[in-house]
Amino acid sequence: MNIYLPIAEISVNVFLLLGMGGAVGFLSGLFGVGGGFLMTPLLIFIGVTPAVAVATEANQIVASSVSGVLAHWRRGNVDFRMGFVLLAGGTLGSLFGVWLFTVLRGAGQLDLVISLCYVVFLGIVGGLMFLEASRALFRRRRQGDVKRKLHQHHWMHGLPFKIRFRKSKLYISALLPVFIGFIVGVLAAIMGVSGGFIMVPAMIYLLGMPTSVVVGTSLFQIIFVTATVTFLQASQNQTVDAVLALILLTGGVIGAQIGTRAGTRLRGEQLRILLALMVLGVCGKLLFDLVVTPEDLFAIGSAGAH
Amino acid sequence: MNLRAVFLSIAVLFLAMPGAAQTPLIADLSEHQIQITTGFVGTDVLLFGTVEPESNVVVVVRGPEEETTVWRKGRYAGVWVNDRRVIFERVPSFYAVRSSAPLDEIASEVTRMRHGMGAHFLRLRSLDDRISEADLKVFRAALIRNKQRQGLFATGASDISFLGGQLFRTRLHFPANVPTGFYDVEVFMLQDGRVTHAQTTPLIVRKAGLGADVFFFAYNYSALYGIIAVLLAVAAGALAAFVFRKG
Repeated sequence: MNIYLPIAEISVNVFLLLGMGGAVGFLSGLFGVGGGFLMTPLLIFIGVTPAVAVATEANQIVASSVSGVLAHWRRGNVDFRMGFVLLAGGTLGSLFGVWLFTVLRGAGQLDLVISLCYVVFLGIVGGLMFLEASRALFRRRRQGDVKRKLHQHHWMHGLPFKIRFRKSKLYISALLPVFIGFIVGVLAAIMGVSGGFIMVPAMIYLLGMPTSVVVGTSLFQIIFVTATVTFLQASQNQTVDAVLALILLTGGVIGAQIGTRAGTRLRGEQLRILLALMVLGVCGKLLFDLVVTPEDLFAIGSAGAH
Repeated sequence: MNLRAVFLSIAVLFLAMPGAAQTPLIADLSEHQIQITTGFVGTDVLLFGTVEPESNVVVVVRGPEEETTVWRKGRYAGVWVNDRRVIFERVPSFYAVRSSAPLDEIASEVTRMRHGMGAHFLRLRSLDDRISEADLKVFRAALIRNKQRQGLFATGASDISFLGGQLFRTRLHFPANVPTGFYDVEVFMLQDGRVTHAQTTPLIVRKAGLGADVFFFAYNYSALYGIIAVLLAVAAGALAAFVFRKG
């Protein structure tokens, strides 16, 4: 059964979209990852223009983050003060990102930049995940619980505008979370990802937040950043396909539930290696498309279309 | 009085012509409106009509004209990057030519050029006057090639079939990515390589149903559309969290 997507302006099989949503949702439930970094390239592969794929995916992430954050909120794992500081940076970042998106689109370089960002980030994340998982696989039996020092002093502790974050047990400059939020906001606008794969490690290793509040707080910030991105993309570029987003999230929600349940039984390093290989595979495909000589060096561009 | 005389003389003329007791060319479409609904996967429209015996038929379909950008890629540090563009003005967004026999056999070059029969006779002009004639030629060919690949330029099919020498029919195909707007379907009757009669029939391609409403809303009330898209997502997320809470 085909459906004509009103903004993407292509006709796609509904079950393919539901399946994609379900599969990516399953993985995100299984591994606790956002899934945007897999869904956006998949949408591009099936013929959705990168501009629409990125903006629509931001819309879908709003939904998955809302359902995620509610669970963490109930357990009290959200540092709202930190969330708002991250959000301040995130809002600036998404404003800048959507502006950059519009400029790049006009210059005919948007697709290239989206692909390049994906190659770089998927390469790094997939590579690190692969290394980490394979290392964990080898020393599974050993007790390798390295204790982190409660208090580490870096150059960053000399920065001004210090704020006390009670829930995270931190007293640090607000500049750092604002900066992290900014980067995530830009990535959400340009790549259509929640940025969790950047933010979660940054919050743990850079800010030194306790792991228990990291996921809930990052989800809290992601909701607002992706909501801002969705709004800005819709009003400035008309690239949000709400019909596509709804179909994807229907599949995604169901997939995520199955994934979470499967995760409690199946969690293992082998699975993480599998995910890493998939991420690297998507990265490789995008890189291949950028590097291989195109069949036709000429293409009809989007600039000046509307 | 005068009008009646003219009418009478035309009628007499028609009756006097053997085997042509009607207008020499009549053509029509099976439908004049294509609706892009939610389940749209492309459609065929039947074109049919009559011509005088011993004549050929050419059909030219043109979609609304629009500015179109053609990019050329160059290699930088191993990566293919868009590096040169030419903007063509007034390019038909959709273009199709059908004929009852190969075009070069039934229409002279002048005729083909005058009526734009064949993509190479389209007047594709660039606003940029710094571009050389040779480059323009390459970009023009690239534009046609890309449009053909997208299925939006369909030329070279000589599949107009005749029934009994005067009655003709053909199927015009419009793919799923057909642009919306007002189309002109020109039907030409040719004799000895020249156009003797022509008729233009309009065709409208428009979005319909839910998809059309969403599209209209997204482009005309963009900010409100954005807010609703966000609220829908929040509601869907909250609903999902509620439904699967106990599980």
